[in-house]
Amino acid sequence: MAIARIAVNGVAPARRRSQLAMAWGRYKKDRLAVVGLAWVILFLVIGIIGPWIAPYNYATTNFLTANQGPTWQHIMGTDNLGHDMFSEILWSVQNALEVALGATLISFIVGVALGLWAGLKGGWADMVVMRLVDFMFAFPTFFMDLILVTKFGRGMGPILFAIGITGWAGYARLIRSLVLGMRNGEMVEAARALGATQPHIMRKYLFPNVMNNMIVALAFGIPGDLTVMAGLSVVGMGLRPPLPSFGNMIAAAGSNMLGYPWLMYFPAGIFALTLLAFLFVADGLQEALNPKGGF
Amino acid sequence: MPDEMLLEVTSVSKRFQVRGQTLHAVENVSFALRSGETLGLVGESGSGKSTLGRTVLRLLEADAGRVVFQGRDLSRLSVSELRKERRHMQIIFQDPLASLNPRMTVGSAIEDAMIIQGIASRVQRKMRVNELLERVGLPLQAADAFPFELSGGQQQRVGIARALSVRPKLVVCDEPISALDVSIQVQIIELLKDLQRELQLAYIFISHNLGVVQHLSDRVMVLYLGEVVEQGSAQDLFTNPQHPYTRVLLDSILKIPSSSAERRPLVTLPGEIPSPFHPPSGCPFHPRCTLAYERCTVEKPILQGPTTTHLTACHLAETAISQ
Repeated sequence: MAIARIAVNGVAPARRRSQLAMAWGRYKKDRLAVVGLAWVILFLVIGIIGPWIAPYNYATTNFLTANQGPTWQHIMGTDNLGHDMFSEILWSVQNALEVALGATLISFIVGVALGLWAGLKGGWADMVVMRLVDFMFAFPTFFMDLILVTKFGRGMGPILFAIGITGWAGYARLIRSLVLGMRNGEMVEAARALGATQPHIMRKYLFPNVMNNMIVALAFGIPGDLTVMAGLSVVGMGLRPPLPSFGNMIAAAGSNMLGYPWLMYFPAGIFALTLLAFLFVADGLQEALNPKGGF
Repeated sequence: MPDEMLLEVTSVSKRFQVRGQTLHAVENVSFALRSGETLGLVGESGSGKSTLGRTVLRLLEADAGRVVFQGRDLSRLSVSELRKERRHMQIIFQDPLASLNPRMTVGSAIEDAMIIQGIASRVQRKMRVNELLERVGLPLQAADAFPFELSGGQQQRVGIARALSVRPKLVVCDEPISALDVSIQVQIIELLKDLQRELQLAYIFISHNLGVVQHLSDRVMVLYLGEVVEQGSAQDLFTNPQHPYTRVLLDSILKIPSSSAERRPLVTLPGEIPSPFHPPSGCPFHPRCTLAYERCTVEKPILQGPTTTHLTACHLAETAISQ
């Protein structure tokens, strides 16, 4: 494609499409990414409207209908307390989204701030931040999450905070290395030679060049945090029941696997598909946001 | 002096601290440049050419010496004064692609230079971009292209257009052609020459291509290990080189012989440029010089010359004069 662009007279044809439109054009070509995006959008929509369309409340127990297989009343069956699994899943989506997006946002903000500071300031600031990053990478963060959740409780807020505050190291390292690579490069030198101020260089030269990487890192970060959140539930330190979450459902289904396998199929299947969808989207973004990718 | 000097550089030195060691990048270099003139900087890799170019523009801070540009000492300017002054002194890079923002179209890259310097209104800037593109030989559609969509020669034209957009008086050309194909090199050189004539630009032309330097320069300075070994008018220096290093450099120019009589073996210089962390005692060139004698190893030759405009730092040239 790139060769086709360098047309006969040696110059690219007049551009009629914005960079965003071209990125979408590249994204569309990746089928898995498009399917993934559809799933992610569905997931987001359900996260917002799920509680309203859920046929039952997540706390409604009904022992008369406990452990039923899928029927027209309970399309995904019921668990041992008679909770409607379909409704539970709809509520779980909302909880999962709140925690995953919130936690990722916290990690992201902390990571970007520290990474930018380390990369631009250099010297001792860089030294301190990078040693902190090393520490975070060396330290088992899941263990840290457990400690924080034990200390602050198993509510939505504490879990969100615990996952968020332990996940920033990767973002910081990414941003720092990108900034460091550019700070001493010829692009920035050229801008300095033109007399550009620091804020101008940040805004028009550094930021646009790290933004795509940040979006991709975010897209990879969300499924990561979803997994950590479910992991906490599996060891019994996730959202406190009866608040439904994928982790809780999967953990509870494990012991009933042989008798009531649908309790595992639906939540685990949907959760796995969601993780895959996020990863496909992240992959697609990585390709699409590369400006050298052609049309 | 008949007219005022645009740029006067006096005893400039630049050293870098690398892991506790001192790297002598540029030592005690002086020269002056008028509008419309070209100074060629020659030397092998690591001789401090680029560092000198950047120090002159105060992209690097000099450790010693003075750079006076348009009558103002650059090192005395405040950060914001220097930013305004940058309008008059620009730089063209060796790798045009690396010097351009991959997320900016060619048009906005050129325009951004004017935005930074607060030149002209929006409409005027757009017009000027078109004007510049035309002047450097790019089609107008190139304004909407991204740098990586262009060829190397076209990218360098963009670099030139961007540097010229702020109407500079001095342009440092840091090996602007060494990354280009030979046929493109000629085009770019001719473009630079035409622009110089039109706009009365002063160039500091950094290159290791001696043929190009001879073609472009009014005066030439040969650097070795950050020190000037010979400087003079292009004609003097190329027809009557004084320093052994200059002679070796000139012999290394490849020519296609027109007859078998002209065919001669290539003279190569033994060894490599010494480490700038530990410059040799005496004359920096003595470890590789075929003519060196004891004095060269202990005493550093002074830059002086047969005439006031043609200077050499070599004991042999010095004795030749005194006799």
